[in-house]
Amino acid sequence: MSAAGQAEHQDHAHGHADHHGGGAHGSFKGYVTGFVLSVILTAIPFALVMGDVLGNVVWTTIIVLALAVVQIVVHMVYFLHMNTKSEGGWSILALIFTVTLVVITLTGSIWVMHHLNTNMMPMSPHDLLHHQP
Amino acid sequence: MLSDPDLQKLIFGRFSLEDIPFHEPILQVTFAGVAVVGLAVLGVITYYRFWGPMWRDWITSVDHKKIGIMYIILAMVMLLRGFADALLMRAQQSMAFGENQGFLPPHHYDQIFSAHGVIMIFFVAMPFVTGMMNYVVPLQIGARDVAFPFLNNFSFWMTVSGAITIMISLFVGEFSRATWLAYPPLSGSDMSPGVGVDYYIWGLQVAGIGTTLSGINLIATIVKMRAPGMTMMKLPIFVWTSLCTNVLITAAFPILTAVLALLTLDRYVGTHFFTNDLGGNPMMYFNLIWIWGHPEVYILILPAFGIFSEVTSTFSGKRLFGYVSMVYATVVITILSYLVWLHHFFTMGSGASVNSFFGITTMIISIPTGAKIFNWLFTMFRGRIRFEVPMLWTISFMVTFTIGGMTGVLLAVPPADFVLHNSLFLIAHFHNVIIGGVLFGMFAGVNYWFPKAFGFKLDPFWGKVSFWFWTIGFYVAFMPLYVLGLMGVTRRAQHFDDPSLQIWFVLAAFGAVLIAVGIGAMIMQFTVSIRNREALRDTTGDPWGGRTLEWSTSSPPPDYNFAFTPRIHDLDAWSDMKQRGYERPREGFRAIHMPRNTGTGAVIAGLSVAFSFGMIWYIWWLAALTFVAMIAAAIFHTFNYNRDFDIPADTVVRTESERNSMLAAQA
Repeated sequence: MSAAGQAEHQDHAHGHADHHGGGAHGSFKGYVTGFVLSVILTAIPFALVMGDVLGNVVWTTIIVLALAVVQIVVHMVYFLHMNTKSEGGWSILALIFTVTLVVITLTGSIWVMHHLNTNMMPMSPHDLLHHQP
Repeated sequence: MLSDPDLQKLIFGRFSLEDIPFHEPILQVTFAGVAVVGLAVLGVITYYRFWGPMWRDWITSVDHKKIGIMYIILAMVMLLRGFADALLMRAQQSMAFGENQGFLPPHHYDQIFSAHGVIMIFFVAMPFVTGMMNYVVPLQIGARDVAFPFLNNFSFWMTVSGAITIMISLFVGEFSRATWLAYPPLSGSDMSPGVGVDYYIWGLQVAGIGTTLSGINLIATIVKMRAPGMTMMKLPIFVWTSLCTNVLITAAFPILTAVLALLTLDRYVGTHFFTNDLGGNPMMYFNLIWIWGHPEVYILILPAFGIFSEVTSTFSGKRLFGYVSMVYATVVITILSYLVWLHHFFTMGSGASVNSFFGITTMIISIPTGAKIFNWLFTMFRGRIRFEVPMLWTISFMVTFTIGGMTGVLLAVPPADFVLHNSLFLIAHFHNVIIGGVLFGMFAGVNYWFPKAFGFKLDPFWGKVSFWFWTIGFYVAFMPLYVLGLMGVTRRAQHFDDPSLQIWFVLAAFGAVLIAVGIGAMIMQFTVSIRNREALRDTTGDPWGGRTLEWSTSSPPPDYNFAFTPRIHDLDAWSDMKQRGYERPREGFRAIHMPRNTGTGAVIAGLSVAFSFGMIWYIWWLAALTFVAMIAAAIFHTFNYNRDFDIPADTVVRTESERNSMLAAQA
């Protein structure tokens, strides 16, 4: 419910699905666009991996991950109808917060575990092989 | 039990009669005690024919006020269990020196300290905090319930399910011996093949669902259901801290769920996420669980900060000093709480650069917290302070929490942490902030809002007795642990060799006894208050001269909270309304649309206990059956269209005019 919905709380003690507000509504065109885009974004990584098009694991991984991020954005825009103004800006605020935390968690974990890996003594014969100076 | 081992395994999984600890006298006495008290409670309920009302008015209730009260009752009951564990540990450590092995063998002692930590954090502090937010937030923002009332009921019962699962472990099988965070490889299937860690996993997973959902619910409530005119910067400070806490819950608890799920896979299907061999890395578990674990401590403390803010400003008769800075401090703490997790494992070996980064962020987070302390002090400065019980708890908090905060900053220095890590100094530090911060905050909140919830004040004499015993008991119990920690005594030890240490443990045990008296006085306080409720009755709805919206309704509030949604013009809305000569509406009442009670939440939660039991004991048919039943119950509930009703206008008129005449009688 939007700001206008607040007045309705005089009658409604709790949130309802029977009156909407805030978020933009999807159109048929929007859903089709979203569907087509997500199919394309799924097909490309699939082809890259199955056909081994690039012949390079690192680049394939990076491209697949990048397309996954684009896929997330497509879903948010076309299926969840998010934009910077939906829900009075709360959606975008929540998104920024979430992205910040995900970035902190992922980069932080990689950073911490990388340093740990460098500093720790090799633990098994397998590690010994890979940590020869 | 059965002659055919295969059939027995199919029906009972790995459960057998040997798993019931008949050979442990302590557990037997406990069980007898629990059974007698339990039967007495059931008898009383049956005698007074309370089963029907209990089901209709409480268990199925979607009223945020009743759910809040039930959360706090759960917290208090579990506090008794957790504190019993604490007494056992203090007694053991005060006697187990040299020849004397004490009365708890290591495998039992390890279960007790694991259970103590799990229960105190997940089933005392969390329900306390959630209960307070549930009760107070909708009233403070002028709403009639939370955004999703059924979900609220479901969340509560899932939390209870988790608690029940943990309690079952006391008498059926064993509890985890792998500490309150179940670090691998100790918690892996090689080192802990028994059911203990599985009890831990499933109890926490089920309760975690409840916690996450209630976090989402309260965010939606605060964002969407504020009374007209209540902009974000006019929110009562407790609502602000609740909002930040629930944001933290929603962002952090999924991490706990994921980590425990990975540990579950390691234990159940033989993956190698956290094992020592085959590519697993136990350190990743430490890393991930503390990314949840550090925000968790702020989840607990922020609502307590909110309560202290409300209490300080009410009992100083002043507007809160530095409201805006308080809000920003809270938000900054929310963000920073995600940047400090590594300080829990400086000694893991990530090296100087990583350690110094996290050491510095940890010191930075004490700045907004310190700002809050000064705000409370300046609120009191030149205020007309009334030393009622909630205010006493608040003052004790300010002193105690400042000491705890300073030892925290000490621990944030990585070289110092290398000395103090895993020592009793750390134990003293976190009890200092959790008891002195969270628990004192909850006690202040209980004393502050009790008249609102039940219509009569709590007895101040026994409140003060409880306050003094808790405060002094806390210092006597934990200051010796600082000393011991500085001398290098490690935590979680069941036995000590050096007899010169014993005197400190005896002192600490004496402190625990003082706290026990404090708890006894608290029980006495409730008993005396209920007996003298007519003398302690609050007919005004505003017993303390409060400043926020919850004090504008009657005590206890009607089911619908507010007959008319108030319009907000200022911070401290009720104080503002009083100053401008607020007149209660006398006519124009309309029917009020309310959600209807439902038993689905309790049913699904009950099934989840059986599901957990099946998973823990490898009784696969039970787990499968109850899982399907849970899904079916959830789907069935979606076809329940009879989910709301109207409180007729007549009833509203009657309730409101009763209150008007009660207020007129006062004047």
